[in-house]
Amino acid sequence: MNCEITRDTIKIDEIYAKVVRREAGAVTTFIGTVRELTYGRKTLYLEYEAYEEMALKKLEQIVVEMKERWPGVEAAISHRIGRLEISDIAVAIAVSSPHRPEAYEANRYAIERIKEIVPIWKKEHWEDGEKWIGNQRGTKEYVDGIPEEVDLIE
Amino acid sequence: MNKILLFAQLKEQAGSNTLALDVSGKTVKELRDYLESETDLGSLTGIMIAINEEFATDETIINAEDVIALIPPVSGG
Repeated sequence: MNCEITRDTIKIDEIYAKVVRREAGAVTTFIGTVRELTYGRKTLYLEYEAYEEMALKKLEQIVVEMKERWPGVEAAISHRIGRLEISDIAVAIAVSSPHRPEAYEANRYAIERIKEIVPIWKKEHWEDGEKWIGNQRGTKEYVDGIPEEVDLIE
Repeated sequence: MNKILLFAQLKEQAGSNTLALDVSGKTVKELRDYLESETDLGSLTGIMIAINEEFATDETIINAEDVIALIPPVSGG
């Protein structure tokens, strides 16, 4: 099982261990951490919530998509939920491949897809308030409520 | 009966993480209109709808016992 939604501290070496193998000459890891300052506003802590069953399915879908686009890659993704403090790891992605270009590209793809299709939400807690944060990429409006074709499973 | 799961701001707005409604036979579009007019959730513009853990389009017809989820814009990562 290479993907998980967890309430525990994410350990990078465990994610790395899921993808390292003899065929691989490259392993890339992406680590998403809780940032203190966003446009000058100070975050105290974050709260992540997920539709866990669906989020896990969507993470696994992303791995399938990566393998279709970059045959030969292996990938593992862990996303933490619950209360996270500044600098805690929220998400970790490890990708291995025979050569480095695929490992870099597929890893970038994974984090962008997470921000599009995985039902996980982040609530920012500031000194002076709190708010559930919407789509951070600002690329999707879903104005008619229909996800783009690329967001559906096919 | 259909279970409708709520998350993030919708959950807080409704004060509950589920609604139980019989909406079988309706399309997703009809469900949207129904929720907007009959509940306090307000406008569902920008909210995606998932049925049984998959994103659904407005034309999808809801079956009895389908588990529905209202998915606000995601912000994981």
